[in-house]
Amino acid sequence: MATREFAAHEAHVHAAPQGFIRKWVFSLDHKVIGLQYYFLALTAVFVGMFLSLLMRIHLIWPTAHLPMLGDIKPEMYVSLVTMHGTIMVFFVLTTAPQGGFGNYFLPIQIGAADMAFPVINMLSFWVTFLAYLVMLSAFFVTGGAPLHGWTGYPPLSAVPSAGPGEGPGADLWVISIALFCIGALMSALNFITTTLDMRAKGMTLMRMPLTCWAWFITAILGLLAFGVLLSAGILLLLDRNAGTSFYVPLTVFSGQVVGHRGGSPLLWQHLFWFFGHPEVYIAILPAMGLCSQLVSVFSRKPIFGYKAMVYAMLSIGLMGFMVWGHHMFMSGMNPYSAFAFSIMTMAIGVPSAIKTFNWLGTLWGGRIRFVSPMLFAIGFVSLFVTGGISGPFLAQPTLDIPLHDTAFVTAHFHLIMGVASIFGIFAATYYWFPKMFGRMMNERLARLHFWFTFVGTYCIFMPMHYAGMAGQPRRYSQFTELHYLEKLIPLNTFITFAAFVTIAAQFIFVFNLFWSMKAGKKASDNPWEATTLEWTTATPPPHDNFGGHTPVVYNGPYEYSVPGAPRDYVMQTDPATVAAH
Amino acid sequence: MGLVVLIVIWLITFVSTYFFIAKTWWLPMGASASAAGIDHHFTTTYILMGIVFVAAQVALGLFAWKYREGNSSAPARYIHGNNTLEIVWTVLTAILFIGLNLMSSSIWAAERFRPAEAGATKVEVTGMQFAWYFRYPGPDGKFGATKPELIDASAGGESAIGLDTTDPASKDDIVSGTMYVPVNREVELILRSHDVIHSFFIPNMRFKQDAVPGLAIHMHFTPIAIGDYPFTCTELCGLGHYKMNGTLKVVSQEEYDKWLAAREAEKQ
Repeated sequence: MATREFAAHEAHVHAAPQGFIRKWVFSLDHKVIGLQYYFLALTAVFVGMFLSLLMRIHLIWPTAHLPMLGDIKPEMYVSLVTMHGTIMVFFVLTTAPQGGFGNYFLPIQIGAADMAFPVINMLSFWVTFLAYLVMLSAFFVTGGAPLHGWTGYPPLSAVPSAGPGEGPGADLWVISIALFCIGALMSALNFITTTLDMRAKGMTLMRMPLTCWAWFITAILGLLAFGVLLSAGILLLLDRNAGTSFYVPLTVFSGQVVGHRGGSPLLWQHLFWFFGHPEVYIAILPAMGLCSQLVSVFSRKPIFGYKAMVYAMLSIGLMGFMVWGHHMFMSGMNPYSAFAFSIMTMAIGVPSAIKTFNWLGTLWGGRIRFVSPMLFAIGFVSLFVTGGISGPFLAQPTLDIPLHDTAFVTAHFHLIMGVASIFGIFAATYYWFPKMFGRMMNERLARLHFWFTFVGTYCIFMPMHYAGMAGQPRRYSQFTELHYLEKLIPLNTFITFAAFVTIAAQFIFVFNLFWSMKAGKKASDNPWEATTLEWTTATPPPHDNFGGHTPVVYNGPYEYSVPGAPRDYVMQTDPATVAAH
Repeated sequence: MGLVVLIVIWLITFVSTYFFIAKTWWLPMGASASAAGIDHHFTTTYILMGIVFVAAQVALGLFAWKYREGNSSAPARYIHGNNTLEIVWTVLTAILFIGLNLMSSSIWAAERFRPAEAGATKVEVTGMQFAWYFRYPGPDGKFGATKPELIDASAGGESAIGLDTTDPASKDDIVSGTMYVPVNREVELILRSHDVIHSFFIPNMRFKQDAVPGLAIHMHFTPIAIGDYPFTCTELCGLGHYKMNGTLKVVSQEEYDKWLAAREAEKQ
């Protein structure tokens, strides 16, 4: 085993590239690839946010004439819904936490010089980039972007005559998703191999930072989930273009019988959600790992219940594959199976609650430093609780009857999967920026960004619970056609204004990001006085991460305030022994 | 800074909770036999989850303030966890979550495990881009045949669902854009769609079920109060999704019979 590990180490070492193209474009360096993923996600999040702004404007001023875009027609609104969801889920929430920060910091935190397969790593980024271009191109073809939602339920997504956007736009959408799956599969393989085979001496699995555990488990989920989505996508392409009938039964559109027979629309839903539910955890697990890390670092206290955290993440990963049916309680699926899916879904709330308790346990009795990464970590815990609390409503089929496909669901998943993981991305940015760019971000601007975003987020999504309970369906382009929705317009106006302010505040972040790269205060190698391996190396890290030597690990990742130690933290590489626990 | 965190988190928590408790926005009035049970369980879940929500947020704010770093603050405690606590909160949350689930399962079973009663009012519901049509079998109690090639949505009514008028059973079938049902009698719905997936949602009846092309889904509910209730589509079905709605009229048995007889007379 030891020799094999050694061989793997040797195999991937490559010289630092000199030319611009090999260094910054087709780079094999996991750090550059991490940054590429990160900036891809950054552009994607602004596209996604812009689309949501258009939706919010249209909802409260349906007749408004927008400069350049003109009127938002009903079909355009549903295209915005589709593209907002797809871009955010795939190209932001899946891309930044795992592809971005995971790529950059997993090898460094386990003491490796690079990922196990640098060429595959490069390929997975470029395939993802291609997928992104294909996705965006759907806006510009005849009929525009598809209107089948990010879940792409057939027959709507399978029959070109089902609506504008269901022609070439929908083909591009499916192709983009398929490409994305290929990139994600390659990336997952790389993460798993790297974690298992490339750890430095002394870095046992139970000494890995919880961030590494999170990326590792996320990669396993990715490997099992994206393969299914890829297959499902290929079948959908065949239905669309090769006359097969996997998903489409006999249907009639505008008086024309469409040439499919005997397919099952529910088959797609099963395949899609078999991917789709683990995808929720793919988006949130890295944020959970990071939040655990930050709560410990900035409370100057060991994480409360390290092993419980690991087991909780493992059981979330495992159970995440047995709950997909809770998206289908109203679908016409056998009602008996709702029982099983419901019990499993309620059960998956248990490890999530364990994590929350442990975060609170870590804060308890700590010495908390309120720097911007910690503020975002605390914000994450708050949002995670709020988003999680609405889960048990939707997990019970009985209560899902009034709430399914209403704004209540929109509120739930935006808080827990959307904004909570975005808070993870922000926390990670503020925390690791000094290591990545050698400078500190401006703390005053960072705090301003935090307060606007934290309060703004609640102002946007808390009222959606109320609207959902009152029966406001999702994905409606106007509230003027259904009488009882009119009384909810003031609530929606409030949401739209909150969205304006929150989105505006994101420019503080972008300004801070680019301004600090040029003009931020110089960062030391370990500005946060943290213990994990990335803080033992130079800032920014050299091409091979540790400048020619391989670190040896002696301690767990969260040794803060150790009694008798010279400082209030003991690095993982400090040979001084830490009292056994 | 710890104090600001406490104030903001507590404020958000209490303001949000206020609107839930004040029921400023709430489920619409229930008007079906199952609504009371569903609403009761909704309230139970809401109270329990509300307690967890407030407790967790209050603790978060409190800890942030109490354990902030300051000149006089105590050094952080060097502890790695507590197995007894881990077991206690694991078991407690498991009991809470699974218990809630089991409490509500009988309502779900009553809604979906048994077929409709023999004397139920039969209505076939067909969703199409972007309208709902309701068909009543007429005095013979039988739905006539429909044929896909006869479907013409633009013509509306019988043509919209492709009714085959040569079938004797279809002679007395009534097709309507408004749904009429008698009060206090179970309604058996047969949900169909002939293009994309739609979802038939009647908020006041606490009723929701997808209509899936290729499937005929049997469901039932019992309206208990006379009145007009909106229904609408809750599965994204295309550009007109937002306006695919209509009215359910729950009327007395006499009025229902009168309406049906008038429609039959119109048809002959």
